[in-house]
Amino acid sequence: MKVLICPLNGPRNISEFIYGGEYHPNPDHIEASSREWAEYVFFHRNVAGIVTEWWCHSASSYWFLAERNTLTDEILRTFNTDEIFNCRVEFSSRSNSEVPSG
Amino acid sequence: MPFGLLKYGLSNDYPAERHFSPAGELKKHYDVVIIGAGGHGTGIAYHLAKDHGITNVAVLEKNYLGGGNTARNTAVIRSNYLTEEGVTFYRESVKLWQNLSNEFNFNVMMENRGQLTLAHSDAAIRSFRWRAEVNQHLGVRSELVDRQQMAELVPNLRMSEDARFPIIGGLWHADGATARHDVVAWGYAKGACQRGVELHQLTEVQDIEVTQGRVTAVLTNRGRVECGAVVQAVAGASSVVAKMAGIALPIHSYPLQAMVTQPYKPLLTPHVSSPHVHVYVHQTSRGEFVIGGGSDPYPLYNTRATLDQRESLSAAVLELFPFLAQARLLRQWAGITDMTPDYSPIMGLSPIENYYLDAGWGTWGFKATPICGVTMAELVATKRLPDIIAPFALERFYRFEQINEAGATAASH
Ligand SMILES: Cc1cc2nc3c(=O)[nH]c(=O)nc-3n(C[C@H](O)[C@H](O)[C@H](O)COP(=O)(O)OP(=O)(O)OC[C@H]3O[C@@H](n4cnc5c(N)ncnc54)[C@H](O)[C@@H]3O)c2cc1C
Repeated sequence: MKVLICPLNGPRNISEFIYGGEYHPNPDHIEASSREWAEYVFFHRNVAGIVTEWWCHSASSYWFLAERNTLTDEILRTFNTDEIFNCRVEFSSRSNSEVPSG
Repeated sequence: MPFGLLKYGLSNDYPAERHFSPAGELKKHYDVVIIGAGGHGTGIAYHLAKDHGITNVAVLEKNYLGGGNTARNTAVIRSNYLTEEGVTFYRESVKLWQNLSNEFNFNVMMENRGQLTLAHSDAAIRSFRWRAEVNQHLGVRSELVDRQQMAELVPNLRMSEDARFPIIGGLWHADGATARHDVVAWGYAKGACQRGVELHQLTEVQDIEVTQGRVTAVLTNRGRVECGAVVQAVAGASSVVAKMAGIALPIHSYPLQAMVTQPYKPLLTPHVSSPHVHVYVHQTSRGEFVIGGGSDPYPLYNTRATLDQRESLSAAVLELFPFLAQARLLRQWAGITDMTPDYSPIMGLSPIENYYLDAGWGTWGFKATPICGVTMAELVATKRLPDIIAPFALERFYRFEQINEAGATAASH
């Protein structure tokens, strides 16, 4: 069986992991149009080559990222999320005065 | 006829019938370029030529005719889907299948042996009842069956209540069928070539020229070809080819694996499928048991076969048919399936005016081959979108109008 190296738990059988989709940056959660949201949710780059994607070690619920070659089925690198998510993301909504009432 | 046969038998040379035009040079311009010579691409070419008299058409194939998923699928043909749009569409395709051998003068070995889907839970029974109602309403033969009826339909199915997942009921689809898969591409290609279409194998489309919102040419390993319109019908490579035209698709490419045993005497008549234990199986007229249902757990463009899938498919099929424990496997293989989020295809118009999509066929597109040929050719030739394919437009994802076939398609056939 293929082995994937979990940044938290070390090398484990790939059957212990769940594929979590391509990594792609969030759209601006206040400004994004519904078209942009549709693209974010449904559309994928589906690259034939090297991709960055989410994986989860299901036994420990640990999410991390991996670089993988989708042509050769090789996992090139796995790493912790803080490599990409290194600053705080604000999810604040518009201030109350901007939200139409009713 | 007998004299002709005698003469042929006594002659010294046996002139083989040429099915396809010999591959000559690529022309500078075609009215329509079709990318991909699977059943879909060749079917579209066939109907462009036959129904609409459009024959300045080239089908460009990077490998060989019908060597993609058309040659790799498990050939299940059915119409017992869940949504009105899906059932109507596949129902029309199943009708066309019935006459395909005559149409081609080529035996596609259509066998109407029915399909039985197994329920191992109350939830499955509820969803089967729903499907049966929708199916019957739309004129598809589909009904709920109990354990006794199932034992009559498939006498050697393991109905034991001691099984890990006992079978509690089923969905019987009398219209379910199988056919010989690759013959479909040959039949369409032959008919298309006879009418003047050119088939170019070993011709890979590597880029697509778009000028002012229109496709003007495709660039291949054999040079540049100008074109009036382009249809892409490349299954697993859908995202890669669409990207050349600057189009993003809601598709992920996953390998789907299947395997086949050595031939045995006839033991199993219908196709039997279990979405719960994740396997389906039927016996071909040659006697092999075809075992499928193994989608890989992550996207990949690589058709390797894995031990993991062999083990899980074997374990699952032995739950249903323990006698297969003695069977020897002959082959295992994979094809790259273009999976959509709602398990429905993406076909019709694209953001580019003269560029057409025939994609998102995932694990379910073989049965749709004939209806795709007819409807996509009509769209390209007349610029009118046939009603039956309108719901499958790429635009549906922007309108949040997906056609959710997940329940009816999750068994991967
Ligand atoms: C194991 C397995 C089992 C399946 N079982 C079933 C089933 O039971 N029932 C069912 O209905 N469906 C099933 N399917 C799905 C079905 O096989 C496909 O949806 C269908 O065959 C797609 O046909 P197609 O003609 O669009 O694609 P294909 O037959 O894959 O043809 C596409 C062609 O495009 C070519 N191509 C790709 N890129 C380029 C390029 N850049 N330039 C030129 N040519 C290119 C490829 O070489 C290929 O020959 C199964 C699939 C698999 C893999």
